[in-house]
Amino acid sequence: MSVPEPADAELLLPLDALHRALGARMVPFAGYAMPIQYDGIIAEHQWTREHAGLFDVSHMGQLELPLGSDLALEALLPGDITGLREGVLRYSLLLDASGGILDDLMVTRRADDLYLVVNGAVKHADIALLRGAGIDVRYRDDLALLALQGPAAARVLAAHAPGVADLRFMRAAAFTLLGQPAWISRSGYTGEDGFEISVAADSVEAVARALLADAEVRPVGLGARDSLRLEAGLPLYGHDLTPTINPVEAGLSFAISKRRKVEGGFPGAGIVLRDLLHGSARRRVGLRIDGRQPVREGAHIVENGVAVGEVTSGGFGPALGRPIAMAYVPAALAADGTRLQIDVRGRLLDATVVPMPFFPKSYVREGAPR
Amino acid sequence: MTRYFTNEHEWVDVDGTAATVGVTDYAQGQLGDVVFVELPPVGKALAKGKEAAVVESVKAASDVYTPVSGTVTAANAALEAEPALVNTAADTGGWFFKLTLSDPTELDGLMDEAAYQAFVATL
Repeated sequence: MSVPEPADAELLLPLDALHRALGARMVPFAGYAMPIQYDGIIAEHQWTREHAGLFDVSHMGQLELPLGSDLALEALLPGDITGLREGVLRYSLLLDASGGILDDLMVTRRADDLYLVVNGAVKHADIALLRGAGIDVRYRDDLALLALQGPAAARVLAAHAPGVADLRFMRAAAFTLLGQPAWISRSGYTGEDGFEISVAADSVEAVARALLADAEVRPVGLGARDSLRLEAGLPLYGHDLTPTINPVEAGLSFAISKRRKVEGGFPGAGIVLRDLLHGSARRRVGLRIDGRQPVREGAHIVENGVAVGEVTSGGFGPALGRPIAMAYVPAALAADGTRLQIDVRGRLLDATVVPMPFFPKSYVREGAPR
Repeated sequence: MTRYFTNEHEWVDVDGTAATVGVTDYAQGQLGDVVFVELPPVGKALAKGKEAAVVESVKAASDVYTPVSGTVTAANAALEAEPALVNTAADTGGWFFKLTLSDPTELDGLMDEAAYQAFVATL
């Protein structure tokens, strides 16, 4: 049997020792040794859907941009930054001159800066891009980042940081957590209600232990993070989003703010706005696979023996109990209900285009009762 | 009946020229939750060391190689309904396929249980 080989020469997360003490299997990811699982991916996935999972996402890049960077940042992405209110998160995309996606990220306006969270695997390229645009980026590698996700997350976190339950989805504020300053947003990558918690690296173990002390919180690894985000229909950078894919193709037109649709002025605006107007030639779709066999990234969508599309994320959806996937297909094959065939090692599996998310989201949005 | 092991973490039980192949408990632990197993059809001739089956965990697909050459006589239908048998019973009910040995001398190159456990201890 082919067992994946571990690599070496990885950076260690601030919680490395805790992960190992909790029985994590560590794998290389984004240059770090990271926990892929503790008890097992399915158990961790279901625990997060039913209780609360604690994720260490300290590999992600936390960046601070000085006030006054709004216009320079808007020149790199299609979001409305100047109109972003304090304490509000905006999902956006760094684009290249062809409109290709260089990274997806969160931007939050704070009182003293713009706070960005970017993907770990490309954070150094992002920093170089931002600095090349004349932005004085402060890379906060002295901070750690935790995510607490699931229906119990608000109750658990509020016990340590009173007031967090008043935050709404995509809102953030400063809190005190175990006597230490923490920047907390109501956001995540699982489709569940939950929070992302930025604290000093040297106090993150105390925070993690305090959260794990609640009987409803268990540590969750990268494996379940991937299956959770797949069920939630959320794309993964480097797989579902790459420099050869633009925001319209990716189904992320919502990340192109209204004012920017009118004004343009972001990289690749000509191509992106043309696709927005006329529709892109290919689209990211969700696929429900017949039977039980998963399809994986790289598998081809075939029509009359010819590859017409490609799976970019695929696996087993534990809460759905069946295989699901994301793929890029021609617009003519992108309508919900379209039947497709996928080549898996020479066998053709049948699949249906379905709306995403595959599993309903549980966000606590603005307007929800407090 | 004698059980042999490979350094690719398959086991093979041999009784005369009849053999049953599965993956080891160590292997299932490395795979994580198994959600699908693709098995070879009965009658297929398999060559030692070549891909014989595919085991899919939540995360990834892994090839399973046959430890010995032979012709498939049975595939474990229970794995279709319950792929997690590979996790819960790797050494027993989670077997993959049975075959008739075409060259019993191939067994000479395989490990016994003690040698395999010593090998796993080095990983």
